[in-house]
Amino acid sequence: MNSLIKNIIRFILLILVQVYVLDQIHLHKMVTPYLYFIFILWLPFNMNRSMQLLVAFALGFTLDCFRHNPGFHSAACVLIAFVRPFMINLLIPHEGADGNYDEPSIKSMGGLLPYFIYVAVLTLIHNAWLFLLEAWQFGNIWYFLVKTLLSAAISLLLIIITELLFVRKQKFRTNTV
Amino acid sequence: MRNIFLFIRRYSNLLFFLLLQGYSIYLIVHYNRYHNSVFSNTTNQLTGKVNEQYNKVEDYFYLKKINDSLVKANEKLLNQLKADFIASDTGRKIINDTLLVDSIKQYRRYNYMQATVVSNSVSTQSNYIVLHRGEAQHLKKGMGVVDINNAVVGIITDLSDDYAVVMSLLHKDSHIDGKLIKGGETGTLSWEGDAPNIVTINRISKSAKVAKGDTIITSGNSSTFPKGMLIGYVTEVIPEKSSNNYLIRLKTAADFHSLQYVYVIDNKQQEAINQLLEKAKQQNK
Repeated sequence: MNSLIKNIIRFILLILVQVYVLDQIHLHKMVTPYLYFIFILWLPFNMNRSMQLLVAFALGFTLDCFRHNPGFHSAACVLIAFVRPFMINLLIPHEGADGNYDEPSIKSMGGLLPYFIYVAVLTLIHNAWLFLLEAWQFGNIWYFLVKTLLSAAISLLLIIITELLFVRKQKFRTNTV
Repeated sequence: MRNIFLFIRRYSNLLFFLLLQGYSIYLIVHYNRYHNSVFSNTTNQLTGKVNEQYNKVEDYFYLKKINDSLVKANEKLLNQLKADFIASDTGRKIINDTLLVDSIKQYRRYNYMQATVVSNSVSTQSNYIVLHRGEAQHLKKGMGVVDINNAVVGIITDLSDDYAVVMSLLHKDSHIDGKLIKGGETGTLSWEGDAPNIVTINRISKSAKVAKGDTIITSGNSSTFPKGMLIGYVTEVIPEKSSNNYLIRLKTAADFHSLQYVYVIDNKQQEAINQLLEKAKQQNK
Protein backbone atom coordinates (compact mmCIF):
# COMPACT_ATOMS: atom_id res chain seq x y z
CA MET A 1 0.00 0.00 0.00
CA ASN A 2 1.12 3.49 -0.67
CA SER A 3 2.96 4.89 2.34
CA LEU A 4 1.01 8.16 2.30
CA ILE A 5 -2.42 6.50 2.30
CA LYS A 6 -1.28 4.04 4.96
CA ASN A 7 -0.20 6.86 7.22
CA ILE A 8 -3.39 8.85 6.72
CA ILE A 9 -5.47 5.80 7.69
CA ARG A 10 -3.23 5.25 10.70
CA PHE A 11 -3.62 8.88 11.76
CA ILE A 12 -7.43 8.72 11.71
CA LEU A 13 -7.65 5.30 13.36
CA LEU A 14 -5.24 6.14 16.16
CA ILE A 15 -6.99 9.41 16.96
CA LEU A 16 -10.38 7.66 17.07
CA VAL A 17 -9.05 4.85 19.27
CA GLN A 18 -7.44 7.35 21.61
CA VAL A 19 -10.50 9.60 21.94
CA TYR A 20 -13.25 6.98 22.13
CA VAL A 21 -11.58 3.98 23.72
CA LEU A 22 -8.48 4.87 25.72
CA ASP A 23 -9.67 8.24 27.04
CA GLN A 24 -12.64 6.49 28.59
CA ILE A 25 -10.35 4.34 30.74
CA HIS A 26 -9.24 5.75 34.09
CA LEU A 27 -7.02 3.41 36.03
CA HIS A 28 -6.90 4.25 39.71
CA LYS A 29 -7.94 7.84 39.05
CA MET A 30 -4.55 9.03 37.83
CA VAL A 31 -3.48 7.10 34.76
CA THR A 32 -4.80 7.52 31.25
CA PRO A 33 -3.18 5.20 28.72
CA TYR A 34 -1.82 6.94 25.63
CA LEU A 35 -1.26 5.05 22.42
CA TYR A 36 -1.82 7.56 19.63
CA PHE A 37 1.81 8.76 19.51
CA ILE A 38 2.84 5.39 18.10
CA PHE A 39 1.97 7.13 14.82
CA ILE A 40 5.09 9.29 15.25
CA LEU A 41 7.24 6.31 16.20
CA TRP A 42 6.17 4.55 13.01
CA LEU A 43 6.76 7.40 10.57
CA PRO A 44 9.02 6.42 7.64
CA PHE A 45 12.79 6.81 7.97
CA ASN A 46 13.21 8.86 4.83
CA MET A 47 10.70 11.55 5.73
CA ASN A 48 11.90 15.14 5.77
CA ARG A 49 12.63 16.25 9.34
CA SER A 50 10.62 19.44 9.28
CA MET A 51 7.79 17.44 7.70
CA GLN A 52 7.95 15.04 10.66
CA LEU A 53 7.64 17.97 13.05
CA LEU A 54 4.69 19.36 11.14
CA VAL A 55 2.87 16.00 11.02
CA ALA A 56 3.51 15.48 14.74
CA PHE A 57 2.09 18.90 15.48
CA ALA A 58 -1.00 18.11 13.39
CA LEU A 59 -1.51 14.85 15.30
CA GLY A 60 -1.22 16.46 18.72
CA PHE A 61 -3.38 19.37 17.71
CA THR A 62 -6.17 17.11 16.44
CA LEU A 63 -6.26 15.30 19.78
CA ASP A 64 -6.19 18.64 21.61
CA CYS A 65 -9.23 19.80 19.64
CA PHE A 66 -11.17 16.77 20.86
CA ARG A 67 -10.17 17.49 24.43
CA HIS A 68 -10.78 21.27 24.22
CA ASN A 69 -7.37 22.04 25.70
CA PRO A 70 -5.16 23.26 22.87
CA GLY A 71 -1.39 22.97 23.24
CA PHE A 72 -0.64 20.09 25.61
CA HIS A 73 -0.47 17.15 23.23
CA SER A 74 0.91 19.21 20.34
CA ALA A 75 3.86 20.24 22.53
CA ALA A 76 4.59 16.66 23.61
CA CYS A 77 4.25 15.27 20.06
CA VAL A 78 6.50 17.92 18.52
CA LEU A 79 9.12 17.17 21.17
CA ILE A 80 9.27 13.43 20.45
CA ALA A 81 9.25 14.06 16.69
CA PHE A 82 12.30 16.27 17.22
CA VAL A 83 14.14 13.71 19.38
CA ARG A 84 13.25 10.75 17.12
CA PRO A 85 16.00 11.15 14.44
CA PHE A 86 18.71 11.37 17.13
CA MET A 87 17.44 8.19 18.75
CA ILE A 88 17.38 6.40 15.40
CA ASN A 89 20.96 7.48 14.59
CA LEU A 90 22.13 6.24 17.98
CA LEU A 91 20.40 2.88 17.86
CA ILE A 92 20.61 1.80 14.22
CA PRO A 93 23.32 -0.88 14.18
CA HIS A 94 25.10 -0.35 10.85
CA GLU A 95 25.25 2.09 7.99
CA GLY A 96 22.34 2.08 5.64
CA ALA A 97 19.92 -0.06 7.63
CA ASP A 98 17.48 2.82 7.60
CA GLY A 99 17.74 2.78 3.80
CA ASN A 100 16.84 -0.87 3.56
CA TYR A 101 13.56 -0.64 5.43
CA ASP A 102 10.68 1.77 5.39
CA GLU A 103 9.99 2.47 9.02
CA PRO A 104 11.23 1.60 12.52
CA SER A 105 10.34 -1.91 13.70
CA ILE A 106 12.01 -4.78 15.51
CA LYS A 107 13.45 -6.09 12.25
CA SER A 108 14.69 -2.83 10.83
CA MET A 109 16.28 -1.66 14.07
CA GLY A 110 18.29 -4.89 14.26
CA GLY A 111 16.74 -6.69 17.19
CA LEU A 112 14.31 -6.41 20.05
CA LEU A 113 16.52 -4.44 22.44
CA PRO A 114 17.32 -1.37 20.28
CA TYR A 115 13.69 -1.09 19.22
CA PHE A 116 12.49 -1.44 22.80
CA ILE A 117 14.90 1.27 24.00
CA TYR A 118 13.75 3.51 21.15
CA VAL A 119 10.08 3.08 22.08
CA ALA A 120 10.64 3.31 25.84
CA VAL A 121 12.70 6.50 25.75
CA LEU A 122 10.27 8.31 23.44
CA THR A 123 7.26 7.15 25.50
CA LEU A 124 8.87 8.42 28.67
CA ILE A 125 9.73 11.77 27.09
CA HIS A 126 6.22 12.16 25.70
CA ASN A 127 4.50 11.38 29.02
CA ALA A 128 6.92 13.43 31.11
CA TRP A 129 6.57 16.55 28.99
CA LEU A 130 2.79 16.17 28.80
CA PHE A 131 2.31 15.82 32.56
CA LEU A 132 4.88 18.51 33.31
CA LEU A 133 2.80 20.95 31.28
CA GLU A 134 -0.42 19.73 32.89
CA ALA A 135 1.02 19.82 36.41
CA TRP A 136 2.15 23.41 35.96
CA GLN A 137 -0.45 24.79 38.35
CA PHE A 138 -0.54 21.90 40.78
CA GLY A 139 3.16 21.63 41.47
CA ASN A 140 3.27 18.32 43.34
CA ILE A 141 6.53 16.67 42.30
CA TRP A 142 5.79 13.17 43.65
CA TYR A 143 2.38 13.04 42.09
CA PHE A 144 3.96 14.09 38.81
CA LEU A 145 6.71 11.47 38.94
CA VAL A 146 4.43 8.59 39.89
CA LYS A 147 1.89 9.59 37.26
CA THR A 148 4.57 9.81 34.55
CA LEU A 149 6.12 6.44 35.36
CA LEU A 150 2.80 4.61 35.67
CA SER A 151 1.38 6.14 32.49
CA ALA A 152 4.57 5.40 30.56
CA ALA A 153 4.48 1.78 31.74
CA ILE A 154 0.85 1.38 30.66
CA SER A 155 1.58 3.06 27.32
CA LEU A 156 4.54 0.75 26.75
CA LEU A 157 2.40 -2.28 27.50
CA LEU A 158 -0.20 -1.05 25.00
CA ILE A 159 2.46 -0.48 22.36
CA ILE A 160 3.83 -4.00 22.84
CA ILE A 161 0.33 -5.44 22.51
CA THR A 162 -0.23 -3.37 19.38
CA GLU A 163 3.04 -4.63 17.90
CA LEU A 164 2.06 -8.23 18.61
CA LEU A 165 -1.48 -7.85 17.25
CA PHE A 166 -0.70 -5.88 14.13
CA VAL A 167 2.39 -7.33 12.56
CA ARG A 168 3.77 -4.87 10.06
CA LYS A 169 5.28 -6.57 7.04
CA GLN A 170 8.59 -4.93 6.24
CA LYS A 171 10.07 -5.46 2.83
CA PHE A 172 13.82 -5.58 2.53
CA ARG A 173 14.87 -3.18 -0.19
CA THR A 174 18.28 -3.51 -1.78
CA ASN A 175 19.94 -0.86 -3.90
CA THR A 176 16.74 1.01 -4.30
CA VAL A 177 17.75 4.07 -2.34
CA MET B 1 24.58 38.37 5.91
CA ARG B 2 25.73 35.14 4.30
CA ASN B 3 26.49 33.71 7.70
CA ILE B 4 22.98 34.39 8.87
CA PHE B 5 21.54 32.48 5.93
CA LEU B 6 24.00 29.66 6.52
CA PHE B 7 22.99 29.59 10.18
CA ILE B 8 19.30 29.47 9.32
CA ARG B 9 19.84 26.72 6.76
CA ARG B 10 21.95 24.69 9.11
CA TYR B 11 19.65 24.94 12.11
CA SER B 12 16.35 25.13 10.23
CA ASN B 13 15.05 21.98 11.95
CA LEU B 14 15.90 23.23 15.40
CA LEU B 15 14.34 26.61 14.66
CA PHE B 16 11.21 25.01 13.25
CA PHE B 17 11.00 22.77 16.33
CA LEU B 18 11.33 25.74 18.67
CA LEU B 19 8.69 27.62 16.68
CA LEU B 20 6.13 24.78 16.93
CA GLN B 21 6.92 24.10 20.58
CA GLY B 22 6.64 27.81 21.36
CA TYR B 23 3.31 28.02 19.57
CA SER B 24 1.96 25.05 21.57
CA ILE B 25 2.96 26.61 24.86
CA TYR B 26 1.53 29.93 23.73
CA LEU B 27 -1.76 28.09 23.10
CA ILE B 28 -1.68 26.56 26.60
CA VAL B 29 -0.98 29.84 28.35
CA HIS B 30 -3.09 32.20 26.31
CA TYR B 31 -6.10 30.12 25.47
CA ASN B 32 -8.88 32.15 26.97
CA ARG B 33 -12.08 30.33 27.65
CA TYR B 34 -14.16 33.47 27.74
CA HIS B 35 -12.85 34.79 24.49
CA ASN B 36 -14.85 33.36 21.65
CA SER B 37 -12.97 33.20 18.39
CA VAL B 38 -13.77 31.96 14.92
CA PHE B 39 -11.13 29.32 15.52
CA SER B 40 -12.81 27.72 18.51
CA ASN B 41 -16.17 27.90 16.76
CA THR B 42 -15.00 25.89 13.76
CA THR B 43 -13.04 23.31 15.74
CA ASN B 44 -15.96 22.86 18.13
CA GLN B 45 -18.30 22.38 15.21
CA LEU B 46 -16.01 19.79 13.60
CA THR B 47 -15.18 17.74 16.69
CA GLY B 48 -18.83 18.00 17.75
CA LYS B 49 -19.94 16.36 14.50
CA VAL B 50 -17.60 13.41 15.07
CA ASN B 51 -18.61 13.09 18.72
CA GLU B 52 -22.26 13.08 17.74
CA GLN B 53 -21.79 10.10 15.43
CA TYR B 54 -20.05 8.18 18.18
CA ASN B 55 -22.70 9.17 20.70
CA LYS B 56 -25.44 7.67 18.56
CA VAL B 57 -23.91 4.27 19.24
CA GLU B 58 -22.92 4.85 22.85
CA ASP B 59 -26.44 5.99 23.79
CA TYR B 60 -27.81 2.46 23.53
CA PHE B 61 -25.56 1.18 26.29
CA TYR B 62 -26.94 3.65 28.80
CA LEU B 63 -30.63 3.34 27.98
CA LYS B 64 -31.52 1.29 31.05
CA LYS B 65 -29.70 3.57 33.46
CA ILE B 66 -31.24 6.70 31.93
CA ASN B 67 -34.64 5.11 32.07
CA ASP B 68 -34.26 4.36 35.78
CA SER B 69 -33.22 7.87 36.69
CA LEU B 70 -36.00 9.35 34.56
CA VAL B 71 -38.55 7.24 36.37
CA LYS B 72 -37.16 8.52 39.66
CA ALA B 73 -37.26 12.14 38.53
CA ASN B 74 -40.79 11.64 37.27
CA GLU B 75 -41.88 10.13 40.56
CA LYS B 76 -40.51 13.13 42.41
CA LEU B 77 -42.39 15.52 40.15
CA LEU B 78 -45.63 13.53 40.37
CA ASN B 79 -45.43 13.78 44.14
CA GLN B 80 -45.47 17.53 43.87
CA LEU B 81 -48.70 17.69 41.88
CA LYS B 82 -51.45 19.80 43.28
CA ALA B 83 -53.87 16.93 42.94
CA ASP B 84 -51.89 14.95 45.51
CA PHE B 85 -52.87 17.29 48.28
CA ILE B 86 -56.19 17.91 49.96
CA ALA B 87 -56.80 21.18 51.69
CA SER B 88 -57.67 20.47 55.32
CA ASP B 89 -59.55 23.63 56.23
CA THR B 90 -63.10 23.98 55.06
CA GLY B 91 -63.40 27.63 55.99
CA ARG B 92 -61.71 28.89 52.87
CA LYS B 93 -63.56 31.14 50.52
CA ILE B 94 -62.60 32.68 47.25
CA ILE B 95 -62.27 36.44 47.17
CA ASN B 96 -62.18 38.28 43.90
CA ASP B 97 -59.19 40.56 43.81
CA THR B 98 -60.22 43.94 42.60
CA LEU B 99 -56.78 45.50 42.45
CA LEU B 100 -55.68 46.59 39.01
CA VAL B 101 -52.14 45.39 39.54
CA ASP B 102 -52.18 41.68 39.96
CA SER B 103 -49.99 41.02 42.96
CA ILE B 104 -50.50 37.27 42.86
CA LYS B 105 -49.25 36.81 39.34
CA GLN B 106 -46.01 34.91 39.21
CA TYR B 107 -43.16 35.53 36.83
CA ARG B 108 -40.96 32.84 35.50
CA ARG B 109 -37.39 33.20 36.67
CA TYR B 110 -35.69 29.98 35.63
CA ASN B 111 -36.27 27.98 32.50
CA TYR B 112 -34.90 24.47 31.94
CA MET B 113 -33.72 23.31 28.54
CA GLN B 114 -32.70 19.74 27.85
CA ALA B 115 -29.49 18.90 26.03
CA THR B 116 -27.65 15.73 25.00
CA VAL B 117 -24.08 15.14 26.10
CA VAL B 118 -21.92 14.22 23.12
CA SER B 119 -18.53 14.09 24.78
CA ASN B 120 -17.36 14.03 28.34
CA SER B 121 -14.04 13.72 30.15
CA VAL B 122 -13.08 13.14 33.78
CA SER B 123 -9.43 12.15 33.54
CA THR B 124 -7.54 15.35 32.76
CA GLN B 125 -7.01 18.25 35.13
CA SER B 126 -9.32 20.53 33.23
CA ASN B 127 -12.40 18.63 32.17
CA TYR B 128 -15.01 19.72 29.67
CA ILE B 129 -18.36 18.37 28.57
CA VAL B 130 -19.76 19.00 25.10
CA LEU B 131 -23.50 19.40 24.57
CA HIS B 132 -25.37 19.00 21.34
CA ARG B 133 -27.20 22.28 21.65
CA GLY B 134 -25.73 25.68 20.91
CA GLU B 135 -26.22 29.34 20.31
CA ALA B 136 -28.83 28.68 17.63
CA GLN B 137 -30.89 26.81 20.25
CA HIS B 138 -30.92 29.67 22.76
CA LEU B 139 -27.91 28.76 24.88
CA LYS B 140 -25.72 31.55 26.21
CA LYS B 141 -22.38 31.72 27.96
CA GLY B 142 -22.45 31.47 31.74
CA MET B 143 -25.61 29.37 31.97
CA GLY B 144 -25.60 26.65 34.62
CA VAL B 145 -25.85 22.95 33.77
CA VAL B 146 -27.40 20.27 36.00
CA ASP B 147 -27.91 16.56 35.48
CA ILE B 148 -31.31 14.86 35.30
CA ASN B 149 -31.56 14.62 39.08
CA ASN B 150 -30.86 18.33 39.56
CA ALA B 151 -27.27 17.89 40.70
CA VAL B 152 -24.80 20.56 39.62
CA VAL B 153 -22.58 19.65 36.67
CA GLY B 154 -20.93 22.88 35.45
CA ILE B 155 -21.18 26.16 33.59
CA ILE B 156 -21.21 26.85 29.83
CA THR B 157 -18.01 28.53 28.71
CA ASP B 158 -17.81 28.14 24.94
CA LEU B 159 -20.41 28.07 22.20
CA SER B 160 -20.69 27.35 18.54
CA ASP B 161 -23.87 27.31 16.46
CA ASP B 162 -24.92 23.78 17.38
CA TYR B 163 -22.60 22.77 20.23
CA ALA B 164 -21.74 24.08 23.66
CA VAL B 165 -18.68 23.39 25.82
CA VAL B 166 -19.32 23.11 29.55
CA MET B 167 -16.58 23.65 32.11
CA SER B 168 -17.34 20.81 34.50
CA LEU B 169 -17.19 21.00 38.28
CA LEU B 170 -14.05 18.90 37.87
CA HIS B 171 -11.96 21.75 36.48
CA LYS B 172 -9.15 23.54 38.22
CA ASP B 173 -10.63 26.95 37.35
CA SER B 174 -14.20 26.14 38.29
CA HIS B 175 -15.46 28.15 41.27
CA ILE B 176 -19.09 27.63 42.19
CA ASP B 177 -20.59 28.78 45.48
CA GLY B 178 -21.92 26.11 47.80
CA LYS B 179 -23.84 26.21 51.03
CA LEU B 180 -24.41 23.88 53.96
CA ILE B 181 -28.05 22.88 54.02
CA LYS B 182 -28.07 22.74 57.84
CA GLY B 183 -26.39 25.94 58.99
CA GLY B 184 -26.47 27.99 55.81
CA GLU B 185 -22.74 28.83 55.79
CA THR B 186 -21.43 29.44 52.27
CA GLY B 187 -18.07 28.62 50.73
CA THR B 188 -16.41 28.18 47.35
CA LEU B 189 -16.02 24.85 45.60
CA SER B 190 -12.80 23.82 43.95
CA TRP B 191 -11.29 20.64 42.54
CA GLU B 192 -7.92 19.28 43.57
CA GLY B 193 -7.39 17.42 40.34
CA ASP B 194 -7.23 13.80 41.41
CA ALA B 195 -10.44 11.88 42.14
CA PRO B 196 -13.24 12.41 39.60
CA ASN B 197 -16.01 12.46 42.21
CA ILE B 198 -14.45 14.38 45.11
CA VAL B 199 -14.48 18.19 45.28
CA THR B 200 -13.47 20.45 48.15
CA ILE B 201 -15.24 23.42 49.66
CA ASN B 202 -13.30 26.01 51.62
CA ARG B 203 -13.91 29.25 53.50
CA ILE B 204 -16.41 27.64 55.87
CA SER B 205 -15.61 28.87 59.37
CA LYS B 206 -14.95 26.53 62.27
CA SER B 207 -18.04 27.78 64.05
CA ALA B 208 -20.22 25.91 61.58
CA LYS B 209 -21.57 22.55 62.62
CA VAL B 210 -20.56 20.03 59.97
CA ALA B 211 -20.74 16.28 60.07
CA LYS B 212 -20.04 13.49 57.65
CA GLY B 213 -22.97 12.98 55.32
CA ASP B 214 -24.27 16.56 55.41
CA THR B 215 -25.69 17.90 52.18
CA ILE B 216 -24.18 20.81 50.29
CA ILE B 217 -26.44 22.79 47.95
CA THR B 218 -26.05 25.81 45.70
CA SER B 219 -26.24 29.07 47.58
CA GLY B 220 -28.33 31.07 45.14
CA ASN B 221 -25.99 34.03 45.58
CA SER B 222 -24.84 33.88 42.02
CA SER B 223 -27.49 34.09 39.36
CA THR B 224 -26.33 30.97 37.52
CA PHE B 225 -28.02 28.33 39.64
CA PRO B 226 -31.28 28.57 41.54
CA LYS B 227 -31.00 28.16 45.28
CA GLY B 228 -30.98 24.61 46.61
CA MET B 229 -29.63 22.53 43.73
CA LEU B 230 -27.73 19.47 44.98
CA ILE B 231 -23.95 19.62 44.87
CA GLY B 232 -22.79 16.76 47.06
CA TYR B 233 -22.42 15.07 50.42
CA VAL B 234 -19.67 15.73 52.97
CA THR B 235 -17.17 12.88 53.29
CA GLU B 236 -14.35 14.47 55.26
CA VAL B 237 -13.94 17.54 57.47
CA ILE B 238 -10.41 18.81 57.99
CA PRO B 239 -9.70 21.82 60.27
CA GLU B 240 -7.09 24.11 58.70
CA LYS B 241 -4.28 24.79 61.13
CA SER B 242 -3.35 28.24 59.92
CA SER B 243 -6.81 29.73 59.64
CA ASN B 244 -10.19 29.70 61.28
CA ASN B 245 -11.72 27.65 58.49
CA TYR B 246 -12.55 24.08 57.69
CA LEU B 247 -11.49 22.31 54.54
CA ILE B 248 -14.37 20.04 53.60
CA ARG B 249 -14.22 17.24 51.04
CA LEU B 250 -17.45 16.18 49.42
CA LYS B 251 -18.64 13.49 47.09
CA THR B 252 -20.43 14.99 44.11
CA ALA B 253 -24.11 14.16 43.69
CA ALA B 254 -23.76 14.08 39.92
CA ASP B 255 -22.13 11.01 38.43
CA PHE B 256 -19.63 12.51 36.00
CA HIS B 257 -18.78 9.12 34.52
CA SER B 258 -22.16 8.51 32.96
CA LEU B 259 -23.68 11.81 31.90
CA GLN B 260 -25.99 11.36 28.93
CA TYR B 261 -28.65 14.03 29.28
CA VAL B 262 -28.46 17.32 31.15
CA TYR B 263 -30.61 20.39 31.71
CA VAL B 264 -29.33 23.87 31.01
CA ILE B 265 -30.74 26.54 33.30
CA ASP B 266 -31.64 29.88 31.79
CA ASN B 267 -32.07 32.71 34.28
CA LYS B 268 -34.63 35.06 32.75
CA GLN B 269 -33.54 37.90 35.00
CA GLN B 270 -29.86 37.55 34.23
CA GLU B 271 -29.80 40.55 31.92
CA ALA B 272 -31.56 42.77 34.42
CA ILE B 273 -29.05 41.78 37.12
CA ASN B 274 -26.11 42.36 34.81
CA GLN B 275 -27.40 45.80 33.84
CA LEU B 276 -27.74 46.76 37.50
CA LEU B 277 -24.21 45.58 38.25
CA GLU B 278 -22.83 47.52 35.28
CA LYS B 279 -24.62 50.62 36.49
CA ALA B 280 -23.24 50.21 40.01
CA LYS B 281 -19.73 49.76 38.63
CA GLN B 282 -19.97 52.91 36.54
CA GLN B 283 -21.19 54.94 39.47
CA ASN B 284 -18.31 53.83 41.60
CA LYS B 285 -15.76 54.93 39.05
